Amino acid sequence: MVRTYLLLVWAWTRAAAQYPVSFALMTVGGFVISGLDVAVIWVIFTNTTSLGGFDLGEVMFLYGTAGLSFALADLLFSNVDRISQHIRAGTFDVMLIRPVSPFVQVATERFVPHRIGRVIQAAAVLAIALNRVDVPLERGWMIPVMVASGTVIFTALWALGGAAQFLLTDAPEVANAFTYGGATLTHYPLSVYGGELVRGVTYVLPLAFVNWQPGLYVLGRDDPFGLPYWLRFLSPAAAAAIALAAFLAWRAGVRRYRSTGS
Amino acid sequence: MIEVDRLGRTFKVRGTVVHAVRDLSFAVEAGEFVGCLGPNGAGKSTTIKMLTGILAPTSGRLRVAGLDPSRRRMALARMIGVVFGQRTTLWWDLPLKDSFELVRLLYKVDRRVFRRRLDELCSLLELGDFLATPVRQLSLGQRMRGDIAAALLHDPPILVLDEPTIGLDVVSKAGVRDFLRRLNAEHGTTILLTTHDLGDIEQLCRRVMLIDHGRLAFDGTVAGLRAVVPGEASIEEAVTHLYLSSRRSPRTHPHRPAPDPPSVTA
Amino acid sequence: MRLIGYGFRRHATYWAAAAAGAFTNTVFGVLRAYVLIALWQARPGLGGYEVVDAVTFCFLTQAYIGPMQVFGGGLDLPQRIRTGDVALDLVRPASLQLWCLSEDLGRAAYLFVARSVPPALVGALLFGIVLPAGPATWAAFMVSFVLGVVVSFGWRYLVALATCWVIDDRGLSVLSTILTTFFSGLMLPLVIFPGWLGTLARSLPWAAMVQVPADVYLGKTSVAGALAFQTFWAAALLGAGALATAAARRKVVIQGG
Repeated sequence: MVRTYLLLVWAWTRAAAQYPVSFALMTVGGFVISGLDVAVIWVIFTNTTSLGGFDLGEVMFLYGTAGLSFALADLLFSNVDRISQHIRAGTFDVMLIRPVSPFVQVATERFVPHRIGRVIQAAAVLAIALNRVDVPLERGWMIPVMVASGTVIFTALWALGGAAQFLLTDAPEVANAFTYGGATLTHYPLSVYGGELVRGVTYVLPLAFVNWQPGLYVLGRDDPFGLPYWLRFLSPAAAAAIALAAFLAWRAGVRRYRSTGS
Repeated sequence: MIEVDRLGRTFKVRGTVVHAVRDLSFAVEAGEFVGCLGPNGAGKSTTIKMLTGILAPTSGRLRVAGLDPSRRRMALARMIGVVFGQRTTLWWDLPLKDSFELVRLLYKVDRRVFRRRLDELCSLLELGDFLATPVRQLSLGQRMRGDIAAALLHDPPILVLDEPTIGLDVVSKAGVRDFLRRLNAEHGTTILLTTHDLGDIEQLCRRVMLIDHGRLAFDGTVAGLRAVVPGEASIEEAVTHLYLSSRRSPRTHPHRPAPDPPSVTA
Repeated sequence: MRLIGYGFRRHATYWAAAAAGAFTNTVFGVLRAYVLIALWQARPGLGGYEVVDAVTFCFLTQAYIGPMQVFGGGLDLPQRIRTGDVALDLVRPASLQLWCLSEDLGRAAYLFVARSVPPALVGALLFGIVLPAGPATWAAFMVSFVLGVVVSFGWRYLVALATCWVIDDRGLSVLSTILTTFFSGLMLPLVIFPGWLGTLARSLPWAAMVQVPADVYLGKTSVAGALAFQTFWAAALLGAGALATAAARRKVVIQGG
């Protein structure tokens, strides 16, 4: 499956490379658009030295790790949010007669590599942040773990959003509230949000495990909400749980699919 | 090759249950060439979608190449080729040969085998002139030939075509029919096609099925179909008769293949 | 006027999409409100706003996204230019620009009902938002809101018409989205932009779409000055749009596209 995914990605990348100017413009565009989030953080910190108890370096660290996770999931799988277009156009029928998972097919269909611009931007922010926050090496191992777990969590969110579109074919935008909404939520320390919202994204929709809980460990900070210490090491488990939920939801969605038209 | 036993599919449309297909039973042996007729909305497409694994049936049993289509979709995909006349399985903005390359990747066809089959299909379907043309710029006849080639690149023993000749001009139609006839005769591919074009049936199919109101209204040879109406009836007259009689009484029993002059139960 | 009604009805058929949009706007409104609350708790009175003003501002901006089409688009024009159908539009006796404007106002009126009211109500329930000081402020706000839609239309119409000359219009629409989301006040109130950046942002046309109507609503600005600012940009953009339409007609009709 991974091999097929990579082969398809490569085939579409070659197709996109036939329009190099468009490709370059879109890459720069992605870089700048995601850069706006950083501009917002910068404007906020021209007015204050601390947001929710965290300084600029720490906020950039949280932004950079979540941003990198989101950008990787976005690059690799966000095409899944086009599922309702495929359902309405009837092209989803065609995916079902192929010997490859429709999830892989939707994710790679018209894959355009320009979303790499976001990955570069987030990685750059993370690098700058790490320069400022000075993480000791014995806690630094968590950083790749959290980025990988976060990528899985965001991918699962795209898949859940895609599965929901089997029911809400006319309203694909609902999924955005969870995918892009989740990205926006994790750009800031969760201490700025209300306690109920934070408990919700800890115990229900595990967005707190993208960067907040493991981030507290890396930064060596106390949890402002006083949640248990061991939650900080739970990101891989949370990622596995939501990935399983997404897998089941997607499968149920495909089985519920009612092909319309002739 | 295909076994269908009391197959049914219902849809809920705003609270009411609609039976798109009900109590449909038939079997297709290897090497057969079967045509499937039926008025619009009779359940032909729903049946095709269940046979190809796109839709799960709500009742009955279904086996294609020994597999349950909706549960073993991916294994089935290697055994069947599917062509939709109304929509393409190719990629609109890519040149035809790039679409074939993507199909090759999807079916994991070995590169050398792929080359050989593509050369063969190119010469049989005369694709050579427009391999480099984006699919959206192809004429309908060219696109249909491309679609048929794409469905056969992995050399499936079964080919299912949903209205393959719809909208084609006389020459393109003849080309497609000629190719399908040879594929069935020389290669032994089992072919099931749906159509509104009685010419397809007369020229290609040894066996005809007529689906109406989600049920089988006739299943037999073309000669048997003609014999549904007394006298020297044409196939048009026979089909019209069956469509109209089932409209008067949608609970008509299917006409089974009849060795003796068939009795009309309508 | 009939065209406005047509635009309203045409978009009313996409109610599910509008409901989904309202839901998304509400979620984003809640998230951004928390960030602004955190900032204003650290710096009370920042930019002349109190916490409740900042929260109100946040939900107003989410309410503007639909009608003002802050993320761009909303017009059929680029599609019609790409297919060449625009030639038919340009030779009609009616002005293409006015035609598009009427339809866009109808779209905005519908989206105001469907996509603006729900996030504002949720904001009021969850956080409490301030209401305009009196009927005069309400009236001024409605005028300012409509002017904001006109400015937004003027800008989007120019971007759409540029499809006639630019080969890759996707790049252009990305650029437009960047400028609009950042400089309209959608992401952060322009009043807290520092120094020259703030001065610049507050004088550009995008400010007329989000920041200025919000300030009129909150009573943070002189009504006459605000409406004059919006009217100036509406006139400037519509004027540029008229010139561009004439140029497009010359290009399409005389040179044959």
